[in-house]
Amino acid sequence: MLRRMDAAQALADLTEISSQVVHVAIVDGDGTVLATTIADAGRADRFVQGVKTLLEEADGLRQSRGLPGLSQLEAATLEGSVFVVRRDSDSGPRIIAATTRPDPTVGLVFYDLKHCLRSIDTAAPANATQRRTRKKAGDAA
Amino acid sequence: MPRRFLTAMLLAAGSLAGSVLYRRRAARRLERVDLYADDGSMASIAGSPDAERLLTLARELVVLAR
Repeated sequence: MLRRMDAAQALADLTEISSQVVHVAIVDGDGTVLATTIADAGRADRFVQGVKTLLEEADGLRQSRGLPGLSQLEAATLEGSVFVVRRDSDSGPRIIAATTRPDPTVGLVFYDLKHCLRSIDTAAPANATQRRTRKKAGDAA
Repeated sequence: MPRRFLTAMLLAAGSLAGSVLYRRRAARRLERVDLYADDGSMASIAGSPDAERLLTLARELVVLAR
């Protein structure tokens, strides 16, 4: 539950700093949606399912072309782009997928998405430290 | 008068055809899939059935996320 809140906070920070991102979803390795900007649950599920299919297809294409492991992709269409970043964390693989308007600043979007994933990874230890500090302060008083 | 009309029609048709060709070329240039590997390498795929399959999925996602 704590992890979900961390992901939601990371998502809120991402949408605040990145004006190019339209919608985002953060998904755990087992397919659990940790956070998304898509309000409708049905559409969010369809979006995540579509992202998984896109990743599987891209992975198949990568293998057929003899490329090393896939870490991220951008599919640029006339209507907009889809970005997917895959990252291994302490709690298994994690995926962040985002849609943008057409012709985005690719490097910047990838940077923001990776930063968002990293901030979720580091959120849990930081919170644990905060809790310990509060407890000590209470004991002293 | 008919000659002027014919010239105008030819110009309009030429402009339309040019615009369509330009848009098609621009679309072919813009639509692509970039795959980034763990080792930092990147493969850009465009104008192939493989790319079209991925782009179809991406278009669906963009529409879904609107």
